[in-house]
Amino acid sequence: MDFYLAALIQGLCFSAIALGIFISMKIFNIPDITTDGSYTLGGVVTAKLLMAHQPVFVVLPVVIVAGALAGAATGIIHTKLKINALLAGILVMTALYSINLSIMGRSNIPINSVSTIFSLINISANPNNNTFWILIVFVAIITGVIGYLLKTDFGIAMRAAGNSESMIRALGVNTDRMKIIGLALANALTALSGFLVTQFQVFADINMGIGIVIMGLGSVIIAETLINWFRITSVWLSLVLVLSGAVIFQMVLAFTLSSGVDPTLLKLVTAVFVLLIVSLPRLSFKGSS
Amino acid sequence: MIDITQVHKVYNRGKANQVNAVNGVDLKISEKEFLVIVGSNGSGKTTLLNLVAGSVLPSSGDISIDGNNVTKKADYRRSEWIARVFQNPLSGTAPDLSILDNFRLAAIRTKRKGLSIGINPQFKKDVKDKIATLGMGLENKTEQLMGTLSGGQRQALTLLMSVMDTCRVLLLDEPTAALDPRSADIVMNTADKLVKDFGLTAILVTHNLKDAFVYGNRIIQMSEGKIIKDLNEQKKIALKQNDLFDWFA
Repeated sequence: MDFYLAALIQGLCFSAIALGIFISMKIFNIPDITTDGSYTLGGVVTAKLLMAHQPVFVVLPVVIVAGALAGAATGIIHTKLKINALLAGILVMTALYSINLSIMGRSNIPINSVSTIFSLINISANPNNNTFWILIVFVAIITGVIGYLLKTDFGIAMRAAGNSESMIRALGVNTDRMKIIGLALANALTALSGFLVTQFQVFADINMGIGIVIMGLGSVIIAETLINWFRITSVWLSLVLVLSGAVIFQMVLAFTLSSGVDPTLLKLVTAVFVLLIVSLPRLSFKGSS
Repeated sequence: MIDITQVHKVYNRGKANQVNAVNGVDLKISEKEFLVIVGSNGSGKTTLLNLVAGSVLPSSGDISIDGNNVTKKADYRRSEWIARVFQNPLSGTAPDLSILDNFRLAAIRTKRKGLSIGINPQFKKDVKDKIATLGMGLENKTEQLMGTLSGGQRQALTLLMSVMDTCRVLLLDEPTAALDPRSADIVMNTADKLVKDFGLTAILVTHNLKDAFVYGNRIIQMSEGKIIKDLNEQKKIALKQNDLFDWFA
């Protein structure tokens, strides 16, 4: 059972990435590869600052700003230099690898000598349960903030910017600025996942972000399938489904590993699983058309 | 209201495929004038409309709106005066947002899109009352996604959205080109009514010569980027529909 609790905890750690990908992918229609770099950036900044004995409440805003800067860089390259969003993301991700490495000074920083968000706050005596409840509160807060934001006038304008660019420009919104803000927000969320995972696994590693974008994409695609099935229009429900997507994703991976699949094949299994959820809705429509 | 002075728009300058889309146009549109622009394909009428809207910036010349020089202002900075209805019903609305969300954005067209929630019970009621005036039975569907509506319904709502906030200029770019005859009638009647009720300055670009004949109080014909005919209100009233057909003979 502990095995599935660990998967649940991982899912909660990755739910910030899922929310970030929901913003870049679903709202702005931009496949944002910056994620791999900004996730590691979040982890690296966390480890470095914690090791410098900075308190968690100082580390948190710095991580958010660092992630937002990475996203804004992709946004500026995409909108101002008119470079394809995918390429812009790859460029920033590549550059971030060196930046992350120079921040760390080496390729791995263990942080088991300092206290983390999970050891500072005590809700339950059992460390696993404690981690779980801290994550639940953390995820509830960021979901609340993002949900509120999307309901405001600014949030409606943001959703419209990714949906009908001609309309929103005619209604007085600078779409370039909106995309930059959107990508900054998405990557700030991604960095938050790096912040959580680093403290959960008690180390940061230069390679921790490789292929991490697929976690977010998979979660959002699971959520999207459910949103389409049940014809959901509520913003709140969509966000909850994105969170569930992140948890379902980790559960499936945990199940795969526990059923005896070679861990070397984990990324292959992940790719096939995402392919399956993407193609399933299409395959089932084939018969009816 | 709108002053266009010696405006040129050149695409691919200096290349073999150079196009002088708008070629030295001078046009003064006074307040509350409803100008109809006709012309064959490639005559520059849509480019002229886009120049006024700001989605295309001129190669040379000056454009001012209500005494403000807007020549270099981007489209989203001209929304202070201008509301638009596009040829494609999909362009004027956001399909994945509810009707209510679309109207909320329209209601703050000239204002900041801030971090407060603007859709409150009073706003919902106002939108319902506004939509009821269309007589299309859409007032009870305000929570529905815009994308579930037909082109005609969306175009009519886009028109209504344009007067949700202060509006001085209404730009209509072939608003009925994609619609069936009945929806087209509803949309044009609504447009005409709004222009009169709100005292708007309007520009209608159309290929429909019947609409060009029925609506507006001034008509110009464009050809090869220039204005070749310009009829004021008296002359337009005296104009017969057949004369209009002869312009294209």
